[in-house]
Amino acid sequence: MSNSLFVITDQPIVPEEVSDKVKRREAGAITLFLGTVRELTYGKRTLYLEYEVYPTMAVAQLERIGREVRERWADTVVAVTHRVGRLEISDIAVVIAVSSPHRKAAYEANEYVIERIKQIVPIWKKEHGEDGSEWIGDQLNQQAYPEGRPMALDIPKEDER
Amino acid sequence: MKILCFAHLSEQLGASSMELELGPISVADFMAELKNRYPALLLDHVMIAVNEQFVEQTHVIEPNDTVALLPPVSGG
Repeated sequence: MSNSLFVITDQPIVPEEVSDKVKRREAGAITLFLGTVRELTYGKRTLYLEYEVYPTMAVAQLERIGREVRERWADTVVAVTHRVGRLEISDIAVVIAVSSPHRKAAYEANEYVIERIKQIVPIWKKEHGEDGSEWIGDQLNQQAYPEGRPMALDIPKEDER
Repeated sequence: MKILCFAHLSEQLGASSMELELGPISVADFMAELKNRYPALLLDHVMIAVNEQFVEQTHVIEPNDTVALLPPVSGG
């Protein structure tokens, strides 16, 4: 797997390879988030997902999120690997690792990263279900999946931490 | 300019990229031109990135730029 902190891959992700990238002597905490493919969404069965990506821009946007995190939580290190292509139920789609001297920043920064990924990183998923397939993120699904499109207001600001 | 399309847009267009002889042109005018040429494209909520950067409606796209049409993202 790539040594870069921000990676797009079409191969299965090994979570420990991502957390190893942020491991360091100054860290007292590493939070590791795994985003996995869910079978049931509001009772609707997913058979598998297909992820599409704008690769170079996606990596640039992940790097931007990394900079945003360091501005908000000093002394954190972030690594993200996102998988694309066809993913089956329970496959790991994204792994986010954050290390920091103390645990609070690592928890908060990790959640910030996944919220920002869902806002500004050019990756799209197509859900293949029993009734056919559809791209998630279109107008229809903004209503069907309200939590999938977090508003900017949901992002914790510096002065609210 | 080079146009890149993703998700439902590339399926509607039947291609993930194309070349258009356009520009300099503002993002707003570019979108209007696109709707004119490809009425079937669903461009609501589509964001524009020029050379991999999100831009405002007033940004001017140059003839040699790469323009990406980005539907609302759904990673994670």
